[in-house]
Amino acid sequence: MGTQRWKTSLVFSLFVLGALVMVLPYYWMLISSIKPPAELHTYPPRFFVQHPTLKAYIELFTLLPMARSLLNSAFVASTVTLSNVLFCSLAGYAFGKLRFPFRDAMFFVFIFSLMIPWQVNLIPGFLIVKSFGWLDSFFALIIPKLALPFGIFLCRQYIMSIPDAFIEAARLDGCGEFRIYRRVILPLITPALATVAIFTFLAQWNDFVWPLVVIQSSSMRTVPLIIQVLNGQFGSNFGMIMAGALVVTLPMIVIFLLFQRQFIRGVFLASVQE
Amino acid sequence: MAFEAARKLSRARGAALGLTWQPIGYLFIAPAVILFVVFVVAPIFASLFLSFTRYDVLHPPTWVGLDNFRILLFEDPRFWKAFRNTALYVVGVVPTGISIALLLAAALEELPVGKQTFKVLFFIPSVTSVVAIAVVWKWLFAGEKFGLINYGLILLGLQPIDWLLSPRWILPAIMIMSVWAGLGYNMVLFSAGIATIPRTLYEAAKVDGADWWARFVHVTIPMLRPTLTFVIVMSVITSFQVFDQVYIMTGGTAEGVGGVLDSALTLVSYLYEQGFQKFRMGYSSAIAYTMFGCLIGLTLINVRMLRSQQ
Repeated sequence: MGTQRWKTSLVFSLFVLGALVMVLPYYWMLISSIKPPAELHTYPPRFFVQHPTLKAYIELFTLLPMARSLLNSAFVASTVTLSNVLFCSLAGYAFGKLRFPFRDAMFFVFIFSLMIPWQVNLIPGFLIVKSFGWLDSFFALIIPKLALPFGIFLCRQYIMSIPDAFIEAARLDGCGEFRIYRRVILPLITPALATVAIFTFLAQWNDFVWPLVVIQSSSMRTVPLIIQVLNGQFGSNFGMIMAGALVVTLPMIVIFLLFQRQFIRGVFLASVQE
Repeated sequence: MAFEAARKLSRARGAALGLTWQPIGYLFIAPAVILFVVFVVAPIFASLFLSFTRYDVLHPPTWVGLDNFRILLFEDPRFWKAFRNTALYVVGVVPTGISIALLLAAALEELPVGKQTFKVLFFIPSVTSVVAIAVVWKWLFAGEKFGLINYGLILLGLQPIDWLLSPRWILPAIMIMSVWAGLGYNMVLFSAGIATIPRTLYEAAKVDGADWWARFVHVTIPMLRPTLTFVIVMSVITSFQVFDQVYIMTGGTAEGVGGVLDSALTLVSYLYEQGFQKFRMGYSSAIAYTMFGCLIGLTLINVRMLRSQQ
C-alpha cells in the first residue's frame, strides 16, 4: 500500500506542476499589465511587482475606445445568444416533434452544413453583407449569427428525448403548438438551452475573423479587434497589450468559474454529434 | 362538448400516427431557414462560382475557368509553402496534444482529490480569446533574454532563441502555444468518456495482474474509441484551419501574414491575404475550395483508419 500512496502523490505533484504551466501565462499577463515600464524589461525577469501601477489600463481606456469596444462585444454577444436560444429551440422543436413535408430533408441539409469549413463562407459572406450595405455595422456582426446550425442540432437532439406523451397530453388539453413549446418543451430543455447560451456567448465574445473582415472603423471594433490593433500599432508596449488581453479574458473566466459544471457538461453534450 | 373533445382526441391521435401535418412547423423553422439560406447555402455556391473567376470587388467578376486552380496547384510556390506549413502544424499539434490530453485524463482518475479543480484550471485557455492567448505567448516568447521562456532556457544552460523572428522557430512556437491552449478541452472530453467505462473492466484487469499502463492500453484506449475518433477528426479539421494565433504571432511586423520569409504562412492566412489584403477574391475562393477538398479527404482517411483498427 505504501508504494500506491507514493505513486498517487507523484501523480498529484505532476498535476500541480501541469496546473502551474496552465496558470503561469495568466499570472504573467496580470503582473506585466501592472508593472511600470522600468520593471517590464529587466533581466532576470521579476515575478513580483515592486511599484504596481494602473498606467497601462488608463492608457488603454484613453488612447483607444476600449470602453466602447467592451460595450460592442457585450451587445453583440448577448443579442446573438438570446436569439439563438429562441430560434434554435423553436426550430429544434419543429425538427424534433412536428410533422411537415421535407422536415427530415431540411434537417439533413443543416447537419451537412456543419461539415463545411468556415473559410468557404468567408468571402461570399463578406460580399453578401457588403451588398446589403451592412459593412462596419452591428447588422454585419449580429444578423448572420442569429440562428446557428449547431444550436438547432443540439436542441433537436435534446427535444427528441422528451416522451411524446407529454406533448399529446398538452394537445388534448387544447394547447396550440406555440403554447406547448413555451409551457412543456422550454422548461424541460433548460440544460440544452444553457449549453447553447454558454457556447454561443463564448464563441461570439472571442470571435476574431468575422469582425476582422467586416469591421473597419475604430468605434465599431469588438474587444479582440482592439487587441489586434494594439498588437500591430503598440507592438512594443507589452504592458498595454497585456492589459488589453486581461480585459478580454477576465469576463469569460468569471463566467466560466460561475458556471463551470455547465461548461464542462456542455463540452460533452456538444461532442455527442454523430 | 363531447363532440369537441372527441375531435381533439382524434386530431391528437392522427398527429401521433402521422396522419396530419402540422404546417406551423414551417413557421417555427422559418427564421433559421431564411438565415441559413442567405448566409450559409448561398455563400457555398457563390464561392464555388467565384473560384472560377477573377474578381477584385471593384469590377464585375470575369470567368477564367480552371485558371485559378491551375495556377494555385502548379505555379504558386507560396501556396505550397502554406500547405507544407499547415501540414507540419497539424502533424506537430494533433498527435502531441491528443496524447498528452489522453494521458492526463487517465491519470486524473488516480487522484483521490482535486479532479474538478485540475479540470477547471486546464480548461481556462478554452474560454480565453485566442487573440489574447497569442499576445500573451508573444510576450512569453519575446526574443533576447527578456521573454520568460528564453529566461527558462538560459536557466537550463541553453542559448536563448529568437522565437518569433527566426524562420526556423516561429512555427514550433505557435505549435507549443496551440498544444497548451487545446489541452484542457480534450482532457475534459476524454475524462467524460472514461467516466462511462464500467469499473468492472478495470477490476477484472487488475485481477489479471495488469498494471496501470496495461490497463490504459488495453481497457481505456479501446473503450474510448468513439470519443477518440471524434477528437482526432475534429482536431485535424480545426488545426488545418488555424488562423487567429498565426495572424497575431506574425502581426506587428512588416513581414505580412506569413511572418519572416513566409515561414509561418498557413493556408487560411494565405486565403485571408489574397482575399482581403490583395482583393483577389476569385483566387482566394479557389484556395477555400481546395482546402474543402483536402478536409473531406483527410476526414475520410481518418475515419477509415480509425474504423479498420477496431
